[in-house]
Amino acid sequence: MNFLKKTYVAVILIIMYAPIALLMVFSFNNSKLPIWSGFTLDWYTKMFHDTGIQQAFMYTLIVALVSAIISTIIGTFAAMGINRMRGWQKNAVMNITYIPLLSPDIVIGISLMMLFSVIKLPFGLPTLIVSHITFSIPYVILSVMPKLKQMNYNLYEAALDLGATPWYAFKKVIFPEIMPGVIAGAFIAFTLSIDDFVVSFFNKGAGVDTLPIKIYSMARKGVNPTINAISTIMFTTIIVILLVTNLKANKKVRQAEFKQ
Amino acid sequence: MNRKSLAYPYLIWAAIFIVVPLLLIVYFSFFEGGQFTLQNYEKFLEDYYIKALFRSIQLALTSTIICLVAAYPLAMILSGKQMSNKQVILLLVVLPMWMNSLLRTYAWASLLENNGVINSMLQALQLPTIKFLYGNSAVVFGMVYNFFPFMVLPIYNVLCKIDHSIVEASYDLGADKVTTFRKVILPLSMPGVITGIVMVFMPALTTFLITRLLGGGKVMLIGNIIEEQFTRTRDLAFGSAVSMILMVIVLITLTFMSKKDSLDKGGGLF
Repeated sequence: MNFLKKTYVAVILIIMYAPIALLMVFSFNNSKLPIWSGFTLDWYTKMFHDTGIQQAFMYTLIVALVSAIISTIIGTFAAMGINRMRGWQKNAVMNITYIPLLSPDIVIGISLMMLFSVIKLPFGLPTLIVSHITFSIPYVILSVMPKLKQMNYNLYEAALDLGATPWYAFKKVIFPEIMPGVIAGAFIAFTLSIDDFVVSFFNKGAGVDTLPIKIYSMARKGVNPTINAISTIMFTTIIVILLVTNLKANKKVRQAEFKQ
Repeated sequence: MNRKSLAYPYLIWAAIFIVVPLLLIVYFSFFEGGQFTLQNYEKFLEDYYIKALFRSIQLALTSTIICLVAAYPLAMILSGKQMSNKQVILLLVVLPMWMNSLLRTYAWASLLENNGVINSMLQALQLPTIKFLYGNSAVVFGMVYNFFPFMVLPIYNVLCKIDHSIVEASYDLGADKVTTFRKVILPLSMPGVITGIVMVFMPALTTFLITRLLGGGKVMLIGNIIEEQFTRTRDLAFGSAVSMILMVIVLITLTFMSKKDSLDKGGGLF
């Protein structure tokens, strides 16, 4: 029985990772065809010298950074405001917040596209950033809200009673308490932005491509080992980031256990 | 620093970029040059579009069922006590959710292509090549591959929370493994199953990327029709009408599955 279970898990993991692994292997292959014919770094050199890819990379980073920062700020304050609301007000705002989470990406993409063409905002970097902020804010709100609920509101009032200004009390009392939620929200917003294809696809401007869009237009023209090289780098980056954050979390858990 | 007004910037943002765009879809689908019309919806009744709609539902349902059947045993194995390094395995199962779905789909496309990796291997072994790509089954495969983790995670979360003494009580009262599963474990895990179904069915129903890369433009789903209206034919009114129909299906599914309810019960991802 145990053997059966292990085989089942193994088979699923192989199906999940075989294509990724092969993609990585063939990014070092000395041939355009998927037959191994020697090690090369040609595809990587090609990738680093391709101005289109360089530009797409820069745009992806800019959009991800700017939209993550703005959506984290708006979202954190929104969560604090919503936390003070009651009854129908809170329900109404939360229902609006759920809309981008529940509606299909393609609908978010085309609805924003129509808005931008109606108000005649030229498609390009601003439309990309605005659309990414729009789908990121709900995730920030939902990761900050639980921390606010856990927090003891009396602490904030105590700070005010002891003479702190509201801003000082926020900085010293509220913010440290909700910080894990804010960081998690920023992290989610950043990854969502880097990862997004559908919404960007409808809201990009001519010549302003993000990496996923660049890859899509290359992939449509057929197999291209340069894509394998980009994928390898993107996959490795994500794996390293997740491993590092996960290890840190584990370390904290261990420290907490040790203290007890 | 702790007032409702802190939410105002967000409310303004949400009004402009969430509510108004949705109203625009409604408006464009019903009004042509200021005149109320139903012609965009009538156009959808053409055979071609109705067929695409049913194909979308059919393929999305098929991939949801495959995901469920494959994910439930995996979630059970991972939530069981015997597995030694289950944390690592769970991480490996969930990890692809953080990887670009476009790239992962492309990875399979390059494996399955007519002169892709698998067929090259077959050729090298003097075996006949197989035509995997550009059909319904390739698209279903891509959907299952892409959305599988979304099924595993909620079921796993719910299974982990089941109080083990209830399961033991069932055994003590004489139930065998099958009965215990059917009468105790399965009903208790339903919130996770429902969340999983929604999380797989929704993106599968609305995808246009997987169809494009693995269906090669031959399989038209509702997502592809919307995409076509907005990028090529530029028929915004008809595109809006199709989006409205899609949103209605999504809303029906959500109410039917009472999504928020099961999310709150901890079956959710967040």
